[in-house]
Amino acid sequence: MTGAFFLGWRYLRFHRFKSLVLLASVTLMIFLPTATRLFVADSATALTARAQATPLLLGERGGELELVLNALYFHAEQPPALPYSALDDIEDSGLANGIPLYTRFRTRGAPIVGTSLDYFEFRNLQLASGRLMGLLGEAVVGANVAREQGVGPGDHLVSSPETVFDLAGVYPLKMQVVGVLARSGSPDDDAVFVDVRTAWVIQGLGHGHEDLAGGGSSASVLSRNEGTITANAALKQFNEITAENIQDFHFHGDTSGFPLSAIIIVPPNDKSATLLRGRYQNHESGYQVLVPGDVLDDLLETVFTIQNYVILGLMMLSLATIAVVTLVFLLSQQLRRGEFMTLKRMGASRGFVATLIASEIGFVLLGSLALSALMSWVTRHYATEFLLSLVTL
Amino acid sequence: MPGIQISNLKFSYASAGGFRMHIPRLDIAAGECVAIVGPSGSGKTTLLNLVAGTFVPRSGEINVAGRRLDNMTETARRRFRIDQVGQVFQAFELLEYLSVSENILLPRLIDPDGKKNFDAQQRIQSLLTSVGLQDKADKRPGELSHGERQRVAVCRAMFNRPQLLLADEPTGNLDQANKQKVVELLIRQAREHDSMLLMVTHDHSMLDTFERVIDFVELVNIDPGAGQPARVEIR
Repeated sequence: MTGAFFLGWRYLRFHRFKSLVLLASVTLMIFLPTATRLFVADSATALTARAQATPLLLGERGGELELVLNALYFHAEQPPALPYSALDDIEDSGLANGIPLYTRFRTRGAPIVGTSLDYFEFRNLQLASGRLMGLLGEAVVGANVAREQGVGPGDHLVSSPETVFDLAGVYPLKMQVVGVLARSGSPDDDAVFVDVRTAWVIQGLGHGHEDLAGGGSSASVLSRNEGTITANAALKQFNEITAENIQDFHFHGDTSGFPLSAIIIVPPNDKSATLLRGRYQNHESGYQVLVPGDVLDDLLETVFTIQNYVILGLMMLSLATIAVVTLVFLLSQQLRRGEFMTLKRMGASRGFVATLIASEIGFVLLGSLALSALMSWVTRHYATEFLLSLVTL
Repeated sequence: MPGIQISNLKFSYASAGGFRMHIPRLDIAAGECVAIVGPSGSGKTTLLNLVAGTFVPRSGEINVAGRRLDNMTETARRRFRIDQVGQVFQAFELLEYLSVSENILLPRLIDPDGKKNFDAQQRIQSLLTSVGLQDKADKRPGELSHGERQRVAVCRAMFNRPQLLLADEPTGNLDQANKQKVVELLIRQAREHDSMLLMVTHDHSMLDTFERVIDFVELVNIDPGAGQPARVEIR
């Protein structure tokens, strides 16, 4: 019956356009419901994996999902800020360690994550090159940021102003890249990490300028009264923190009131976690402690419900496609009656003609299955990345 | 005994409104080239289908190339058709999606276990050369002229070196010059391979080319009340 397969293959090849349309229709029919399931399942796994790896989150009272998406995926939507003193409270409780997160700023579209060195250990992030940040103004970039922006140790990144008109607000800071993280397949690949104090400098809560008390640049001094020096606009301010000027950087005000987006709480055991959650259940505290996994489960429940509706719709579409494909096929067989008759008159059996028709269907089905499998693999490969890129927008 | 021997053959279409055909006797010698003429609907094509083993008679005996067809199984008749019969159809019936050489190879594609005592590619080349189409092997039928397609159809019919070559009005729609060429080609091929040729034709201008002309009206007894042969499903 190899002859029948040969004829089937030749027929499909000769009618390329028709075959490709059939192939595309059947492929989509198989691929769309499969891909939807895979996409949702893989994305859910990726989302929940990061959430499950984050025991507790502390934030200001407000939107729970907003807080979780911001703290886990550095989503651009900012939750209400909580003061740095909240971190001290956790540390002082002796029930857990806290990791600060301040994610308000961006550089060339990538989120700047102000945090502490504990974050890298907590997320098990490895360095691909360079070192972790040690000084104010130093940055460690994720693998994707390094690749996409072409930066590595020794290069610089400048923080973006929050709005074009925000001339006096956020301080565009030139940060030195000192390290590049190895790829982790998480939102950390797309982030730039700095010390939380560097993020505050970007916000303008800390700054550096020439030393007036030391007598330098007296032209900038308007007045000196009992230890208070008033300078004019000519005072030189630094937009980059270097070894030479780092001593001139300082913060005004009490740092305990400085803002954080969230705090990752890492309790040593379930008991400590429960005690901490109980402590913050009191509404008067103004804070909320969340279990990120629970918050995402609620979200995923909605996603799965939507997925079921989408798949139902796709199944209906598939049925319609099957009907149309069958009709096209039957019409085609009708048009080929003369050809089949000739084959039989030459000596072909009914089995031969049936095999010829079956081989054409088989080639289209096999091709569609292979294509669907390939497309599903690609979807699977990029689904998580794609979804996370949506979440971090 | 080689050749064709038909005796007391009776055939009717089950669903043809009463068409009946009776051939008391027909003998064709091996290697003979015979033209069959007769009015439309008299059953000339039916006769070709009977000697090809495509149709089975109701009664009577058909012997072709030493094989008795009327009591063969369907599978045996199919195998006989592929191995021993070459057919040139009225509209050539080349498969548009196959190249010229693949069309000629079709009998082997249909039955890969059939005749294998020759090299297929050499055979195709030799046939194409004999009809002057050696440079058209990779062309599709759609790229050929009417006359070229006709020659390819003859090559396909001759591929398995059949003992019997059947041609059903292969010169229809051709001009006189091309008609002559096709008939000469069929006769030449038949003689080269020592095959019998049975050609149904309405064209009386070429009958001189054949060794014998059979007038179908004189050959058969047809039920006077019967209609024309109907199309039948070939199984």
